[in-house]
Amino acid sequence: MDTGRKIGDVILSFENISLSFGGVKALTNIGFDVREHEIRAIIGPNGAGKSSMLNVINGVYHPQEGEIIFHGKHRRDMNTYESAKSGIARTFQNIALFKGMSVLDNIMTGRNLKMKSNFLLDAIYWGPARREEIEHRKKVEEIIDFLEIQHIRKTPVGRLAYGLQKRVELGRALAAEPSILLLDEPMAGMNVEEKQDMCRFILDVNDQLGTTIVLIEHDMGVVMDISDRVVVLDYGKKIGDGTPDEVRTNRDVINAYLGVAH
Amino acid sequence: MQFFLEVLLGGLLSGIMYSLVALGFVLIYKASGVFNFAQGAMVFFAALTAVGLHDMGLSLWLAVPLTMAIMIVLAVAIEKIVLRPLVNQAEITLFMVTIGLTFFIEGLAQAIWGASVRKLELGIEDVPLEFLLDNAGIAISQFDLVAAGIAFVLVAALAIFFSKTKVGRALRAVADDHQAALSIGIPLQQIWVIVWGVAGFVALVAGLLWGARNGVQFALTFVALKALPVLILGGFTSVPGAIVGGLIIGASEKLAEVFLGPYVGGGIEGWFPYVLALLFLLVRPEGLFGEKIIRRI
Amino acid sequence: MFYREAGQFKATYAEDSQIFPIRQDRIGMAIILLVAFVAVPLFASPYYFSAILIPFLIFALATLGLNILTGYAGQLSLGTAAFMAVGAFASYNFMLRIDGMPILIAFMLSGLCAAAVGIVFGLPSLRIRGFYLAASTLATQFFIVWCLTKIGWFTNYSSSGVITAQQIEILGYAFDTPMSKYLFVLIVVSVMALLAKNMVRSNTGRSWMAIRDMDMAAEVIGFRPMRTKLLAFAVSSFYCGVAGALYAYAYLGTVEPEGFSIEMSFRILFMVIIGGIGSVLGSFLGSAFIVLLPTALNVMFHFLEKDLGLELPSGISSSVELMVFGALIIFFLIVEPHGLARLWQIGKEKLRLWPFPH
Repeated sequence: MDTGRKIGDVILSFENISLSFGGVKALTNIGFDVREHEIRAIIGPNGAGKSSMLNVINGVYHPQEGEIIFHGKHRRDMNTYESAKSGIARTFQNIALFKGMSVLDNIMTGRNLKMKSNFLLDAIYWGPARREEIEHRKKVEEIIDFLEIQHIRKTPVGRLAYGLQKRVELGRALAAEPSILLLDEPMAGMNVEEKQDMCRFILDVNDQLGTTIVLIEHDMGVVMDISDRVVVLDYGKKIGDGTPDEVRTNRDVINAYLGVAH
Repeated sequence: MQFFLEVLLGGLLSGIMYSLVALGFVLIYKASGVFNFAQGAMVFFAALTAVGLHDMGLSLWLAVPLTMAIMIVLAVAIEKIVLRPLVNQAEITLFMVTIGLTFFIEGLAQAIWGASVRKLELGIEDVPLEFLLDNAGIAISQFDLVAAGIAFVLVAALAIFFSKTKVGRALRAVADDHQAALSIGIPLQQIWVIVWGVAGFVALVAGLLWGARNGVQFALTFVALKALPVLILGGFTSVPGAIVGGLIIGASEKLAEVFLGPYVGGGIEGWFPYVLALLFLLVRPEGLFGEKIIRRI
Repeated sequence: MFYREAGQFKATYAEDSQIFPIRQDRIGMAIILLVAFVAVPLFASPYYFSAILIPFLIFALATLGLNILTGYAGQLSLGTAAFMAVGAFASYNFMLRIDGMPILIAFMLSGLCAAAVGIVFGLPSLRIRGFYLAASTLATQFFIVWCLTKIGWFTNYSSSGVITAQQIEILGYAFDTPMSKYLFVLIVVSVMALLAKNMVRSNTGRSWMAIRDMDMAAEVIGFRPMRTKLLAFAVSSFYCGVAGALYAYAYLGTVEPEGFSIEMSFRILFMVIIGGIGSVLGSFLGSAFIVLLPTALNVMFHFLEKDLGLELPSGISSSVELMVFGALIIFFLIVEPHGLARLWQIGKEKLRLWPFPH
């Protein structure tokens, strides 16, 4: 598991994040940080606020209180466009692919922020637009190779099996060459084999590209195996934070979550 | 001031007509999530069938129930042929399919009964109510008042139907959650037929009232189109919304036509409700009484 | 058997991302263009040009416009005819009021006018979706037609509200015969169809489809919904505007605002649905189908009345036309939501094997 990659400084941190919908509190005073190049897991029982937390990170939800410190800048909330622009990409719990488009096109959308062409150049499709399209196509093909989905590149994603769709969604996120990758239950609903593949992809991305990864996952085996540090949420509150070993022995965590099983 | 009141009341009363048409939309949308663009065509079809049967020599007492029976047959046919194959399709697909339905029903009505304007006499005269004219100096059509009364009774009856009967409760369950309703054994298909049947009934009442007022003709379908801004104002899921929205649209378009129209060349009735609804949408997309939609990912 | 790509290998991504990557398709397209540009002008009669071919091409362009908005960007509009009206009346005024205005520039400018109007009426799409938006586009339809009727300046104070389009003239050559008008329309439509195809197969098209399929995910990836939707409205309205100008200049010659009615908007929507939602080819197929349908029905009724001696009530053909339109829409949405374009594709896949069973 140790690959010689270096975990760096804190690049993203949260202080006292509180989020509510109407009167319902989804997150209460959450604070934790993410270090460069690490794999940071967020775990917790259903409804603990994990997805809400991810949505706060990339600006889908806007917390009422708290502070996000990203790239040294202090701010109340993020917005989706800026967060994408500054290198945060993500996948969704319920796959959010563009169903009417092919695998290739879906992954190509991930490169949109790197494309300079506009609709007029696109319309003419001669010279710069064409060159750019092909250049990005090369990059996308690398991702397709990496994820081993060459055989389905022209298939509309709506027709693919669940596990493959998850892989394509990871591909779309990777296409943006993110510095931080948010994965919302990347292995939910997969069989053992598919999970192993997905683990391998996540570790490779982290290892070879140095991408920082924040992930939510229910499979404890996987989480304890691949993550560097783990945050545990329960009912919107943080009840544990540390290395997998620390979390495993944390009383509160065992009571709230792991303890149920043992 | 008297003139203003007269215009306002006239507008409100014609607004009740819009409410009636809008009511049909709301019923169907609540129960099946289908935005039934064909409601207007159903109004036209119902009115034309009733008048057509009447013109063939049937008394209205016979023609109207017979038309109702035909509307129920239509409801069953729509459910079986059009809606059932499209269960779980996107809302927008269902919406477009009802546009196709609109054309089909309009064509069917004219193919059977011809395209000419037909007169309908309900035996209520469209003259100002003397009592009001004498005492307050306001001319309000007797017919409009009766129509308003009928509409009121209809709405009240529907309210009781929804809250007090078993079918009504099942309907509300379906409106809340199709899956959940299915899982406790509510027969969805039957409910849909009932709802489309009720909507057909509402269409029949609306068609008779409109038709008696302006003649039964193709233009009825345009009147029905006005129900769309009514729904936007009132919210797609709210029965009170349909009523209030209808009143607002009816009153505001008449007021706008009479007081604003002369300055811009008239004829603004044709678009005023739509623009009003559009502006309203920008401020409050869910309508006056609609439920706020929280989008999740 | 005859339609298969075996043996045609792509060595570069450029080759793989052509519009027609398969050789048979390229040959097919070349034949279609050859027929359209050479064979049709040689053999067709004036009736075919003005009654079928020209309206087919013009409606194909309008359908393409609506398809960009509805099929690709997922924003349903019921106000297409209004944008066509803007294009028709704008080019009329450009030609009328500016001396020596070249007609192609006038068409471009009228398209831009329609695009500007499209952006204004597309603004609600930022807050509302689906049939809420559809209902609000009715405002476009009624308001614009009303404006063109009531504001005399647009029709040059013509008392009847009818305008007579100026002659199409380029570099001294007058396009005044049905055939020359057909060729003019054909060139404009072909070029614009190519541009549209290019847009939808590159990043612009992907941004539209992303917003259509899953707007939240599109936003998270970095597409900006406002810009993307308004661009779709603008481009779509531009296409409809130019189609409207052609409708006035190359098809009818004289038009009035009321001619751009809501029925026309619906008709174009039907062309999109029957032809194929989200398909450039489908726009042409849908237009051909709907333009030919009334003619076919008329022929059929003629046959029933004259040859079989049936007594049919007057006006029955227009009622039956409505019914057939409606039934077709229902049929396509239930059986083949991707329309004729998809049927064509299925047909091609069958052809790969035909005449052998496997």
